[in-house]
Formats: sequence, C-alpha cells, structure tokens
Amino acid sequence: MSFASKSPWLIHYDGSSCNGCDIEVLACLTPVYDVERFGVINTGNPKHADIFLITGGINKQNEEVVKQIYDQMPSPKVVVAVGACACNGGIFKECYNIMGGVDKVLPVDIYVSGCAARPEAIIDGVVKAVALLDEKSKSISQGR
Amino acid sequence: MYFVSFLLLFPVLTAVLLFFAKGYLAKKIIVITSSVVISGMALIFATMNFFTLSNRFYIKDAEFVNILFLIIEFVIMCYLIYLGIRFKKYYVSLLSLVQSGILFWLELSGQAKTEHSFNIYIDKFAIIMCSIIAVIGCLICVYAVGYMKSYHQHHKEYKDRTTLFFPLLFLFISAMFGIVFSDNLIWLFFFWEITTFCSFLLIGYTKTKEAVTNSFRALWMNLIGGLCFAVAIAYCALKLHTLSLHTIVHMGAGAQAVTIPVFLLCIACLTKSAQLPFSKWLLGAMVAPTPTSALLHSATMVKAGAYLLIRLSPLLAHTVAGALVTTIGGFTFLATSLLAISQSDGKKVLAYSTIANLGLIIACAGIGMYEAVWAAMLLILFHAVSKSLMFLSVGAVENSIGSRNIEDMHGLIVKVPALAFVMLIGIAGMFLAPFGMLISKWAALKAFIDSNSILLIIFLVYGSAATLFYWTKWLSKLVAGVHHSERKDNQAKGCEWFSLLAHSGIMIFLCLSFPTISRHLIEPFLSEIFGYKISSIIGDGNIQIMTFMLCMIFILPFGIRVLTLDKTSKQKSSYMCGINTGDDRKFVDSLGEKKKMYLSNWYMEDLFGEKKILLPSIIIATVIIVVLLVIGIGGAL
Amino acid sequence: MIKIVSTVLYLVFAPVFGGLLAGVDRKITARMQGRKGPPILQPFYDIFKLFSKEAIVVDHLQNLFVIGYLVFIIFTGCLFFYGGDLLLAFFAITLAEIFLIMCASSANSAYSSMGSQRELLQMMAYEPMILIVAIGFYIATGSFSVGEIITSQTSAIATTPGIFLGYLYILTIKFRKSPFDLSTSHHAHQEMVKGLTVELSGRTLGITELAHWYENTFLIGIIAIFIINATWWSWIVALAVCALAYFMEILIDNTYARVKWKVLLNSSWIVAFGLGILNLLALYYIK
Repeated sequence: MSFASKSPWLIHYDGSSCNGCDIEVLACLTPVYDVERFGVINTGNPKHADIFLITGGINKQNEEVVKQIYDQMPSPKVVVAVGACACNGGIFKECYNIMGGVDKVLPVDIYVSGCAARPEAIIDGVVKAVALLDEKSKSISQGR
Repeated sequence: MYFVSFLLLFPVLTAVLLFFAKGYLAKKIIVITSSVVISGMALIFATMNFFTLSNRFYIKDAEFVNILFLIIEFVIMCYLIYLGIRFKKYYVSLLSLVQSGILFWLELSGQAKTEHSFNIYIDKFAIIMCSIIAVIGCLICVYAVGYMKSYHQHHKEYKDRTTLFFPLLFLFISAMFGIVFSDNLIWLFFFWEITTFCSFLLIGYTKTKEAVTNSFRALWMNLIGGLCFAVAIAYCALKLHTLSLHTIVHMGAGAQAVTIPVFLLCIACLTKSAQLPFSKWLLGAMVAPTPTSALLHSATMVKAGAYLLIRLSPLLAHTVAGALVTTIGGFTFLATSLLAISQSDGKKVLAYSTIANLGLIIACAGIGMYEAVWAAMLLILFHAVSKSLMFLSVGAVENSIGSRNIEDMHGLIVKVPALAFVMLIGIAGMFLAPFGMLISKWAALKAFIDSNSILLIIFLVYGSAATLFYWTKWLSKLVAGVHHSERKDNQAKGCEWFSLLAHSGIMIFLCLSFPTISRHLIEPFLSEIFGYKISSIIGDGNIQIMTFMLCMIFILPFGIRVLTLDKTSKQKSSYMCGINTGDDRKFVDSLGEKKKMYLSNWYMEDLFGEKKILLPSIIIATVIIVVLLVIGIGGAL
Repeated sequence: MIKIVSTVLYLVFAPVFGGLLAGVDRKITARMQGRKGPPILQPFYDIFKLFSKEAIVVDHLQNLFVIGYLVFIIFTGCLFFYGGDLLLAFFAITLAEIFLIMCASSANSAYSSMGSQRELLQMMAYEPMILIVAIGFYIATGSFSVGEIITSQTSAIATTPGIFLGYLYILTIKFRKSPFDLSTSHHAHQEMVKGLTVELSGRTLGITELAHWYENTFLIGIIAIFIINATWWSWIVALAVCALAYFMEILIDNTYARVKWKVLLNSSWIVAFGLGILNLLALYYIK
C-alpha cells in the first residue's frame, strides 16, 4: 500500500505571477478550505516536498531556479501548474522576458486553469496530483 | 629510590646534552631516546606500585642538596633582578628579591632546620601524577621535535632558539617530577620556582614585544604566588616547626595552627593554576609555540597548583580557606566557560577551557570530600590527555592550513581528514557523554550536591551549558562537508603524527580502563588521606552502560556500511532557494553575479565578549579573595 | 523482570505513542484554529511515505549522524524506562542532540547551519534546567535512579514544584513548540525553511521524526516521574498531569508568537534560576 497519497507535502513556487493565484493557494490553507484535512502540508522546502505547485509563468531569471528546485525534490514527485499563466503564460505570454508556461522547462503533470484559479480548483488539482503520486510510487516500487 | 633519583636527574642530564647538541638530527635523536626512557621508567615505576600500597619516604637530611638548591635559587634570583631592571619591570625584581630573601634568611639562619627528616615522599597520587607528567610531557617533547622545525620554516621572522627551547622542556619535566615527589616544603618551593622560571623563558620564546609583555605578566603573577608560598614556609618553620607537607596535612582539618599557611598556599596554587583573578598570564601564554602551550596547559605547570591543593584538601573541608578555593574555582569555571563562547581563536578557546577545567578541579579539591577529590583526580588525568591532544592538533592544523582560527577549520573533515578525526576524539574527550571528562564532571556534580553547596551547583549547571555550546560549535565546524574542497597536505608527519596518535590511543584506553585505575590507584590514596575505606563513586552498572555507549559510537560507522545507507542515498546540492550555483558554496545574487556563501558560528560578542565579562570577573574574584582572606586570617589571628 | 518488560514496551510502543501524540497534537491545533485538521493517524502516513521516498543527502556523513541521533535517543529512553540513572539519561540525550547538530552542519548548507547554531543555543538555554531537574530528584528522593524515584513514599513534586514548572518551561523548547521553535518547527511552520532539517529528506527525515517520537515519550515520562510514588493511584494522577501538561504546550504553541533568540536564552536561564535554583535552596532548607 502506498502512503504517498495520504501525505502529499507541497512546495509552492511563485513564478512571474500577479500574486492572484498565490493568494488563492494560501486561501486553501485557511480554515474555510483547510487542505491539511488531506494531510497536505505547505513545506517550503523542495527536499521535503512531493508536489511542486507553481503559479505564474516562467521567465528567463527563474528558469534555473525552477529547474533546481525540481531537481532537489526526491522522487516520486508531481508538478502542478496553477492558473492561466502557469499553464501557458497567460496574459504575460507575449512579454519580452516570458518563456511561457511551466511546461516549457518542467514536465507538468496537472494543469489547473483559472485567472485566478479558485481554491476549489486548486484542491481538485492537488487531489488529482495525489492520485498520480500514488501511481508513480507504485511504478517505482515495481521497478525496484 | 633509584627510580625517583633517575626521574629527577635524567631529564636534567638530557637538558644539558640538548644544550650542547649540534644540529637538528642530534637533537631529534636525544629528545626521542630520552622521552622513551623517561616515560618507560615512569610507567615501570607506576606498574611496580600499581597493586601494592607502599608509601615511602626517601632522602634524609640532604645538606648538600639544600646548598645546591640555594645556589641555583640565588642565580635565578640575580637573573630575574637583572631582567627586571633591564626591561624596567622593577616590581618583578622586588618580588623575586623578597621571596628568595625570605628563603635565604630561613636557610642561613638555621631556622629551616626543623624536626623533619625526609625530603621525598612517594604515594599513589605521586605515582599517578608522575605517569601523567612523564607520558604526556614526553609525547609533547616528541611532537615538538617535528613541530619546531616546521614552525621555523613558517615563521622566518623569529630567530631559531631551539638550543634553549628543548633543554627548557626537559628541565620543566624534571621540575614537575620534583614537585610531585617532594615532601619538604623548601624542596617543593624550589621546584615550584623552577617551573615559574622555565615557563617565563618559554613564553618569551619569540622575543616579540607581545611575547615579552606576556612572559613578564606570567612571571609577576607567579611570583606573587611564590611570595605567598615563601611566607607560608617561613610561618611553618617558625610556628609549626615542621616543613613536611605530609605532617602538616596530618594535623587535620580545622587545626587553628595551619590556617594561615594553608591560606597562603591556596593563593599560591590559585596563581599557578591561573584562576581568576590571575588568569591573564595563561591567556597570554599562547603567544609561545604550540608545544609550550600544550605543556603549560595539560600535564604540567597549571596542574602543579591543582596537585598541591589536592594534597591539602583534607585541611580544606569546611574551612574558610576551603570556601575561598571552591568559590574561586567554581566562579572561574563559570566565567571562563562563558568567555570561551566569544572566542574564535582555537588556542584561546583552549586556554579558557583549561582555566575553566582547572577551576572545576580546584573547586572539587576545596570541598575536601572524598567524592570530590576523586572527581578532581580523574579530571586531572583526563584533562591532561585531551587538552594536550587538542593543543597539539590545533598546532598541526595551523601548520597544515595556515590558521588556527576555528572559522578557518570549516570543513576540515574534507580538507585534512586525519587531523579532523584526531580533533574529534579530543573534543569528544573534553565534554561528551561516554568519554572521560564527563565521568569526572558527573562525580563532581554529585559531590557538589552532597556537600550542600548551592553556589557550586549554580556555577556548574550554567558553566556546563556554556561548555556544551562552545565545544559543539567547534565540532560542527569540523564536520561540515564542503564538497570538492582542495585536499590539504597533513603537515603532521613522523614525530608529530606519532604523538597525536599516541594521545588518541591513550585517550580511548583511559576511557576504557579508568575503573581499574580508580580502584588501584585513586581509591587507596583517598582511603589513606581521609582515613577510612571508601566505596566506589559511580556504580558498576553505570560504568558498564558508559562502556556500552563508547562501543556503540565506534560501531556506528561500520553499522552504516552494513546497512548500505550511503550506497542507497543520492547526493544532491544543498538548498539555497534554487539559486545554488551548483557547487554548494556560491549563489546567484540579485544582479546575476555569483556570490560566495560564508557560514559563521555564533560568538555572541555582545553577551559573552571579553570586553563585557573579563574585567568584571577579575574584579569579583579579587573581591571574593580579599573578603575571604580577611575573614579567614582575621579568625585565625 | 519488570524493568526489561518496560524497556521492551518502550522500544515497541514509544513510536506508536509518539505518533499518536503528534496526531492528536495536530488535531487539537487545527481545532484551536477553527479547522477540521488531519486524521489522527496522519503522522504515521507521513512517516511511511517518507521511508518509501527516494533518499537524498547533501553529504554522506549525514547518514552516519542521523543514525547516531536515533540510536542514542532510543538508548536514552531505554535507560529511562529500565529505571536507570536519570543523570546518565540526560547525558545520553545531550550526545544524541549533538549528533543531530552535527548532521545539520555536515550538510554545509546555509539554512541547516543556521538551524544547527540555533539548536545549539536552545541546548545552552535548557541545559541548566535539565541538570537542575536531575539534581532536584536526587535531593528530593535521595537517588538519581528512576526505579527508586518512582517507588519513593512521597511524590517528588511535593517538594519540587518550582523545578516542575521550570521543566515545563523548557519542555516547550524540547517539543519544538512556539514561541521557542527557533531551530526547526512542526507542521506548517516555515521558520528558516525548516532550519535544522532542511537538508534531510525521505528516509533521513523519517528517522529524525521517529527519533523525535521516541524523545517525546521520554520527555513525557519525566513529567510522570514527578508525580509517581509508591501508591497505585499516583500513576493515574501522573497520566492526567501529563495529558494536561501536553495540552498546555499545545495551547501555548497556538497563542504565542516566536521570540528572538536572546529572549529565549535570557528567559530560560532566568527561569532556571528563579524556579530551579530557588527550589533547590528551599529543598536544602527543609532537609
């Protein structure tokens, strides 16, 4: 039995977002939505995290940062792109410094749409990510 | 008898030989051979007396030796007076003149001819001290052979005065043997003065301005102690009509007659052991080359004061003098432990830690209970080994990485792994659970509680917390794994490396064998001076647990291998908010430049800095001494 | 015989107890904040997940030190539940903590080094009080041995109320609860990322968490021996007091903001003096 789904710890990274999605992500932690019900903890540390939650698009400066954080997460790991910008660059897509959505640099598993993404949508995304986490950890344990 | 004379005379002979030896190789051979001989003889002497208790007196009425001592004393006095005038330190000349004058007057007027007949007294304590001095002292000399050579290669600015240096080391060892063997106070005083004199010359080795100032500071502080000692001798000769330490100790605690000489001897011991307010001389002593510091701090010099106090401890129980010694000792332990927190210079941390540990030893001796004295003796034993090890490894590190600052030892385990391991053993020995010092601290704590001294408990609990802090932060500097660091060459080769390894070996050996040493050497001595059979201090069960812990620590690294944790774990760069440049030591700053990360320890200058604590502690200690002296001597008169 | 049984019970059930305690803690914390909170078994899910994840280290020395930490914490607890010497148990736990600090510094990482320095400061802050606790037991019951302390005629707390309160004070540091969670913290707190444990992940983090559960069980055991005496009902009272004490810790955790290190150091030392030393003085006076 895999416990990955019971204890999804996430790291939240703010790319070049307008902070709208970030506020919604934080809203998920408040009493109203309380994601800790599902064992979700916002760790702020890639080495503890299972889910990489990114808001905002990727620009030239944070490209390396995102890659490094992803690299420092122990597998199995899942990437969730939250909001329109993270999905494909959104309103900033044509900016001189924006490379586009998160999937330009990282293998994104779950896309959560919205501008800003609603807490319900984010939680839904996380739950989907959790299912994926389970699958991944199963395939890892079979691979051993 | 032969052993005693041999141990006293052979180092002197070596010193003379070394003085006339030409070339470095000759010196090396002489030092190594005589070190082997001296420590060998001392160990044979110790094993012969290990199981059987046979206290012996030697050398009756040696008029010839007395005259010889008098002449040497006179020469030293003249030399010191000359130096005092030449360097315009007139108080040194005066102090030297007064104390030697007292002695000459005693001897020449025939007042010193008292009932006493024997000059040398050997018991188990003398044997313990003699083994420590011989083994550790000689290992330091062996280390010095290698060290001084590279020292002068690194420091071209100092003149090579090893012709004087090596003989002084051996003279020092001889004088220390003299101190622990002598029963006649005049003999004891003579050797006492020799150590003062030798330390003065050794500290001033480099002849820089700082060295000269510090050596004179060491001199005048120790001369104050010497003066007290001389007055104590005069008092004993005139009022008590005995100069035998043994007889005086057997007069029993609380005897009105001994109050004043005991007070004076206590002051002498406090200066020798560098307790507050006399601590500054030992802090200054680190300008000298490392072997000197190691010698002064570990087996010799400072231990002389502790030694004499332990001898006197039956007289100190429940007296004002005892209160003086315990209060100063305990206070010194606390104050210097706090001070050590703010220091980053490795040698300085060690110096403060020496003073602190000496404070603990002295506090234990002052309580005058057998548990406390037991703790004090074990502290002397373990402290000698681990402190010597620490000093020598700091010296070796300094030669290898070019600095003795603890901050620069960051990642030593990657740069010079061999030295880092030796240092880890040394630090563990200084304060960690299954290792030596902690056992003694444990016994000390028990003794403090049983003696109902709340003040000492305060000093100990807060002092231990500070001790924990400054040692652990040193440890954590050493083990930092800075990847891809340049491997530095371990400069400790041959003699130095042998000495370091021998120290580590002795350290571990002592941790395992101290129950035996306690049963056969320490407990018989304590039974004898306290006059009743004593039980063991720490239960067998607990000793087994400690040994078990020690074994676990050594098994741990192999256990990791067996579990193959290393193989199954993947190495990644450290977390720096995603802007690690990849080598774990630089990060990308806001301008896109690479910036070096610097990890510093905490020193908390504003809380524990020298500026903040040192002067007030000296003042407080002085006040304590003055007040208790007035109470004590006033009560006796 | 009883000694061996209780040691084995500790070895087996301390993680269960510690884990449940953490679960209850998170639940109560959530309720205090008006949230529903995770299930009681959440800490177990977390730790099983951690052990199933990929093991990442920055330096291989970390493995050695983290195992040392676990081994000596367990050793401490065994010594305590075997009825051994309390002082020796405290020395052993100090050794364990030093392993943890070395583990954090061996990673040579900014956050974890900062965490290790703060942890060291915390150790310095609580060390006097810890020693005073042992001394208090010795004076009150005449022995350092836990076996003898719990079979004494009167509870230790009757003569050591100040020391008991002082112990509760530093327990906040030991449990890594706000306002004293400077070096690393629990749940969702993110002081200095995670301080001490930043560079631990997967298995190594799981080991630290496990060790922490063992440690908590030991620490709560010490609250209990303040109360327990030769009578049977004292055990029930002890249980109630432990529960109340832990609840108070949770309450404090949720009502106070994190303090600066100077406040931590000064206040702990002052508490150790004001409650601990004065209590010892009073003890000497009664005896």
